[in-house]
Amino acid sequence: MSHKGIGASIPRKEDERFLKGRGEYVGDLFRPGLLEVAFVRSPHAHARILGITRPIKGIVYTAADLAAVPPIRAQINLPGYRATEQPILADRKVLFVGQSVAMCLAKSRALAEDLSEEVGVDYEELPPVLDVADALRPDAPRLHEDRPDNLLSVLNAEAPIDAIAAAAPVHVTRHYTNARQAMAPLEGRAILAEWNDRADQLVVHVGHQNPHVFRAALAIALNLEERRIRIIAPDIGGGFGYKAPAYPEEIAVCWAAMKLHRPVRWIEDRFEHLTAGASAREISGTVHAHADAEGRILALDVDFAVNIGAYSFWPHTGAFEAVQAIGIIPGPYRIRHYRARSKTVLTNKPPQTPYRAVARPAACFMMELTIDAVARAVGKEPHEVRALNLVSAAEMPYASITGKLYDSGDYPASLRSALSAIDLPAWRLKQAAPRADGRAIGVGIAMYTEHTGISTNTFGTMGIALMPGYEQANARLTPDGDIEVAMGVQNHGQGMETTMAQVASEVLGIDPGRVRLLHGDTGLTPYSTGTYASRAMVMNGGAVAAACERLAERMRPLAAHLMQCAAHEVGFSGGRATGPGGATVGFGEIGRLWYKTPNELPPGVDPAGLDVTAGYRPEDDRGAFSYSTHVAVVAVDRDFGSVEILDYVVADDCGTRVNPMIVDGQVLGGTAQGIGTALYEECLFDASGQPKSVTLADYILPGPTEIPAIRLLPTETPSPKTRFGIKGVGEGGAIAPAPALLNAINDALRADGVELGAAPATPDRILAAIEIARGARAGAAP
Amino acid sequence: MKPAPFTYHRAASLEQAVALLAQGGGDTAVLSGGQSLGPMMNLRAARPSQLVDIGRLEALRGISVAEGHVRIGALSTHAAIEDGAVSGPLGRVLARVAAGIAYRAVRNAGTIGGSLAHADPAADWPAALLALDARIHLRGPGGDRAVAIDAFLAGAFETAKAADEVIVAVDVPALGPTARFGYVKFCRKPGEFAEALGAVLYDPGSAQARVVVGATGSRARRLPAAEAGLAAGLSPAAADIAALLAPVLGNPSALVLKRQTAAVHRALQEVLTDA
Repeated sequence: MSHKGIGASIPRKEDERFLKGRGEYVGDLFRPGLLEVAFVRSPHAHARILGITRPIKGIVYTAADLAAVPPIRAQINLPGYRATEQPILADRKVLFVGQSVAMCLAKSRALAEDLSEEVGVDYEELPPVLDVADALRPDAPRLHEDRPDNLLSVLNAEAPIDAIAAAAPVHVTRHYTNARQAMAPLEGRAILAEWNDRADQLVVHVGHQNPHVFRAALAIALNLEERRIRIIAPDIGGGFGYKAPAYPEEIAVCWAAMKLHRPVRWIEDRFEHLTAGASAREISGTVHAHADAEGRILALDVDFAVNIGAYSFWPHTGAFEAVQAIGIIPGPYRIRHYRARSKTVLTNKPPQTPYRAVARPAACFMMELTIDAVARAVGKEPHEVRALNLVSAAEMPYASITGKLYDSGDYPASLRSALSAIDLPAWRLKQAAPRADGRAIGVGIAMYTEHTGISTNTFGTMGIALMPGYEQANARLTPDGDIEVAMGVQNHGQGMETTMAQVASEVLGIDPGRVRLLHGDTGLTPYSTGTYASRAMVMNGGAVAAACERLAERMRPLAAHLMQCAAHEVGFSGGRATGPGGATVGFGEIGRLWYKTPNELPPGVDPAGLDVTAGYRPEDDRGAFSYSTHVAVVAVDRDFGSVEILDYVVADDCGTRVNPMIVDGQVLGGTAQGIGTALYEECLFDASGQPKSVTLADYILPGPTEIPAIRLLPTETPSPKTRFGIKGVGEGGAIAPAPALLNAINDALRADGVELGAAPATPDRILAAIEIARGARAGAAP
Repeated sequence: MKPAPFTYHRAASLEQAVALLAQGGGDTAVLSGGQSLGPMMNLRAARPSQLVDIGRLEALRGISVAEGHVRIGALSTHAAIEDGAVSGPLGRVLARVAAGIAYRAVRNAGTIGGSLAHADPAADWPAALLALDARIHLRGPGGDRAVAIDAFLAGAFETAKAADEVIVAVDVPALGPTARFGYVKFCRKPGEFAEALGAVLYDPGSAQARVVVGATGSRARRLPAAEAGLAAGLSPAAADIAALLAPVLGNPSALVLKRQTAAVHRALQEVLTDA
């Protein structure tokens, strides 16, 4: 057997079914007597519900029916945070367009939608608050009338930086905004709930990244013991964080299945997703950078606001975005004086939830555009200012000003690698020469370091309902000599059915094709907080290795018995147990001996058998830091305001790569989503809070024609903290494209006097900036 | 996103289709490729009580060459035109326009007749066929009639077609050997609605010149002053185009005017620089 363990780019095992259209999603399930759900949703951003009229016939539930179900309430131990109470179906007020007010059940979704049109809701409209500034006005309408204002939380990292800042020779101040986005997975949220009398369980098939945590949410909501709930997450058409929280609609569906004792399903459609699910990335802020004349940043002062929408979601809470941003804004740079202040603000928009890399794209955006602004101020190339400020390899491990420990890496080498691939001097020459098509050329850089495998140390003090700890995996030898591995995370695009089998292969020497992965099912797997925070490969990789090693220890005396050698002489390779003198024995023989002919076993074997659970937590679990440099080259059309990406390079380091091909896929996919953040995706609302981007005709996602041939320059700096040196990689690609592309656009339009600080850089924003700059120059002219 | 209840009729003949439309009143919609009507019905933004599916009508199919023009059956798909269903220089022009419509999956089902009947202000065919001086053939209870496209296009989603009429075919004049076609469309990405559109036909041999602006928010419009200049072989400056466009576009924003000016200007440059 050629090496198929860690480091081998073997094809993904799960692709067999996906490429043949044989995946199994919630929408593929059939049940006799199934009822489909359509929700009656609020047409108003802010209104009081005066009354609800039900149709004469048909199954319709409102908040009055769900009186026994408590509202969603998410706690976090942060000073200045107060939880919100989100009703499962709106009762007294609606706080965003799309909020569910009633649920209608019928034999088909079309019939359920017909029924929903017969529900009459009488509203008294209230003035909405949509942006942060409006929400914070003293006389602003309050969303939650039991609160003194519209603040969900205030989080500050205070430090005495004023004296250092004042003494610095260079000062740069910039304001930045990141638009609200929808996560737009191919498959929206999807749930099918049914009561199983034999198991005495509520069995829920749901597109969810964290089945065990979702079970806890249902237990609270339905007042049901966790043993009486089984969550099965089948194939999922993209998660990206959207399928990590517990949403009111999902709880309502489970409640109805129990109430009716019938299977009930809800499939979120695209319209629902783009209205009620418009829920990520809306962060704005002001950065003051104080630097020396060379461009060394001496102090950084950041003030930002998260527009969190109407409610704080379960389990992380809406305060989590600010926690993430404050911790990582200094990025890969040696910044020793740092102050950050944040407000997380409630508005009449859908609740914002974590999207691939959570607040880190906004953090990177603020930092990286500021670096370029400092470079302009001191008259240097942006890469020179980066090189001056980057933490060096010699400084590793590096304790950041925010208390993070950057475990390993060579950030300056990453920058050099990406720059040499892009050939900056050649582009600078092209930039200076006039082009036949009149377009302006620009080059932009963005770098980040990403806290992956976020674990107990980070979450420990927060007291939220999701608390990662020791991750477990179960491994067992089947009677015919193959391996089954069970784990509590859920695989939805990460390729874990392949990579975890590669870890088992690495330990046991068995072909990954003979390793079957069980995941995403609370009935079959050890507890896990799930797949999020770029943690599964770090944590479950360690757990699967530990379980396979423990299994090997159990197999070793059996193999020794078969080969008539000492247990310590037994090794594992080529899918067989090996002994002295070239002796080998197949796993099938070991399985036969244990399961089928135990009469042949010698006395004194461990009766615990060939089915073990073992766990993992890094000795130092402060996280493994992946890092990356993105460099983009763009051409900007000054008449249309459009941007073409001419070249795009990613120099990425995520430590040991278990399957380099899958890592490449993760980086490419994340970068594609980041290009959406940079140039296309924006949930627009009108002044009354009506969403304006409600179909994929007006919410623009990048497609194959918008994604360039991204060039990857991977390196591997193994983490000294984790098993095999693995660092997480799932989220990273999405972090840097917006700042890289905005920096490139600003570089292109430098002669026009344009410096954009808002993403996405739509043609309208670009053209408007060109016009404003032109106007400013005309006004300044004598 | 499921449609409200409706009654579906598959028309067996053109006569039956017209009769069903006449009986149904304004609440009946014609289903051709379904690429616009389908999503609108799924969003319940369109709620016809009846659909008359004309998709199987042979009378609306086929492409034929006649004296001085090509007749394109209303059911011809964008994909068929993209793939060269119309031959010769005109066919290449039509193929270029068709290839820029939405995505191939949409082009496989969407039809030229459906696009004209829907009259989306941002659509390609109304602007391109206005530049090409097409005529629209209609069948109604009173028989057949033909309408010049300039008279056919009435406004956003509005045409001269009566509710009980069906588009049968489109006649497009053949192009002379010296004819050139300029076409510049700006949209956020392929498949998105056009935000600016310039279409120009110029034949120095016959001094024929048609200059059209599309994606206006209303119907596509000709720019007669630009046409007169072009017929004389003149290349107008961007500022002059902007001055012509401003009244046609009805007090446009600076950004819209800038983009539309660029689209028309570039389309003009295309026909003039090839010369």
